[in-house]
Amino acid sequence: MDDLYRQLIIERYKTPHYRGHLDPHDIFFEDDNPVCGDHIEITVRTNDANIVTEAAFDGHGCSISQAAADLLIESIHGKKLEEVKELTKDDIVELLGIELGPVRLKCALLSLKVLKAGAYGLGVDEVSDDLVE
Amino acid sequence: MTKTSLDLNLLRADFPILDRKIGAAKPLIYLDSTATAQKPNAVIDAMSDFYRRSNANIHRGVHTLAEESTAMYEKGREQVASLINAASAREVIFTRNTTESINLVVKTWGRENLASGDVIILTEMEHHSNLVPWQMLAEEEDLVLEFVPVTDDYLFDMNAYRKLLTLKPKLVAFTQMSNVLGTITPAKEIIKLAHEAGALTLVDGAQSVPHLPVDVQDLDADFLVFSAHKMLGPSGIGALYGKMDLLNAMPPFMGGGDMIKTVHLRSFVTNQVPYKFEAGTPAIAEAVGFGAAAEYLQNLGMDAVEAHEHEIAEYALERLAEIPSITVFGPSAKDKGGVASFVMDGIHPHDIAQILDGEGIAVRAGHHCAQPLHEVCGVKATTRASFYIYNTKEEVDKLVEGIYKVKEIFG
Repeated sequence: MDDLYRQLIIERYKTPHYRGHLDPHDIFFEDDNPVCGDHIEITVRTNDANIVTEAAFDGHGCSISQAAADLLIESIHGKKLEEVKELTKDDIVELLGIELGPVRLKCALLSLKVLKAGAYGLGVDEVSDDLVE
Repeated sequence: MTKTSLDLNLLRADFPILDRKIGAAKPLIYLDSTATAQKPNAVIDAMSDFYRRSNANIHRGVHTLAEESTAMYEKGREQVASLINAASAREVIFTRNTTESINLVVKTWGRENLASGDVIILTEMEHHSNLVPWQMLAEEEDLVLEFVPVTDDYLFDMNAYRKLLTLKPKLVAFTQMSNVLGTITPAKEIIKLAHEAGALTLVDGAQSVPHLPVDVQDLDADFLVFSAHKMLGPSGIGALYGKMDLLNAMPPFMGGGDMIKTVHLRSFVTNQVPYKFEAGTPAIAEAVGFGAAAEYLQNLGMDAVEAHEHEIAEYALERLAEIPSITVFGPSAKDKGGVASFVMDGIHPHDIAQILDGEGIAVRAGHHCAQPLHEVCGVKATTRASFYIYNTKEEVDKLVEGIYKVKEIFG
């Protein structure tokens, strides 16, 4: 239990480093977790080489979903969009440094789902859990 | 403090799951009975005995097992009918759950009797199961849905209701106890006023039938819907009570075996109530378990069940009120069932539920299938602790300790 709430997660939940909304932006996407109503939106700026120069997230939800979003956004700075598209659930688990059960995994993966949907330029009804498997 | 007449030590011994540990050695403290209740040996054994000794399909066979199974299934119906004091066991239709019971009324009575412009009154407190089927029918038949608000004290707004009744609604469908606020609605008065205005009534008893004395004849309810699994019975079975004349006049629900008297290649004649609404092989063992659960509750006495839960809920509200930065939603204890839905400043319900789970305490986090009500309360989600016959004040104390641990972790 205390593992699940290790200091990093509580800190990032309480004082996220990348909360915000970039305007203008090259990529925007938002989605909810229907089970708990968590909401995440992500904005990304890229340069001519399709490298992420700046990114931010906003929304509300539990400590796992918000901390995962913050850590994910941090990790994609300087990455190529093609690399972002390759991110999976394992990357999120590694960022958080904890093992998660199936329900909390959904919280953790919401931001990645939103980010990848944005990176691929998907429509709202094209988003599925397959994106992050 | 009111004295409870339930012998908790004896009663808790009836529930084998209460012996289990969560994680290494934390005793289970189950505070999620509003989602589904735990099952006593009386229910588990009745179902297991049915499978071990009597299992057969019902209503058609003439062999011993078929006779026994049919008798046990129908006994289940009688036990359920007895708990709610139905005039006849035939007024109890077995369905899958509360949701299916409501859909049955929507798709039979609703389609037959409602037309463009007709008004249906619901409340802001409804569970999704008593909202979405009516929204679907409203779309199909061009109906008007109106909603009785909750007052600032989280009660059924009787004045607003009286005004809405001047719209001459055809139906008033309302919960007898909110699964989030715990608010107990004045069902008898709501029904009386609806009848005076010429409307029929559907009572969502998913939370009330497990926790309060519910007498359909005294209430004069036209329809009452509830699920077995929230009242100590198995999942997969629920009930629709309807007044016999209404049920007789309604068209059948699903087509198939058992709901027919005779079938020809191009036509059929419907069977009588209740079989008219029970197409296909039903949940037989579950009906046996449902009956056993109803009998178990009746033996305890629903007055004693209500008194015990009231005592626990009152104590829980007192203890929760001591904690700084916690807000509990719902009316004061006297108008409330055994439910405490709360939020804590800056801490998401999922995190609260997860940390409490680490203490062996099972609570629910989310919108509890009542999203519109959460909008009314101005919150996205709540954490809900709910109490039933087997919960104790010591468990409430553990809950409070657990909440202090949550505060500690989140600093």
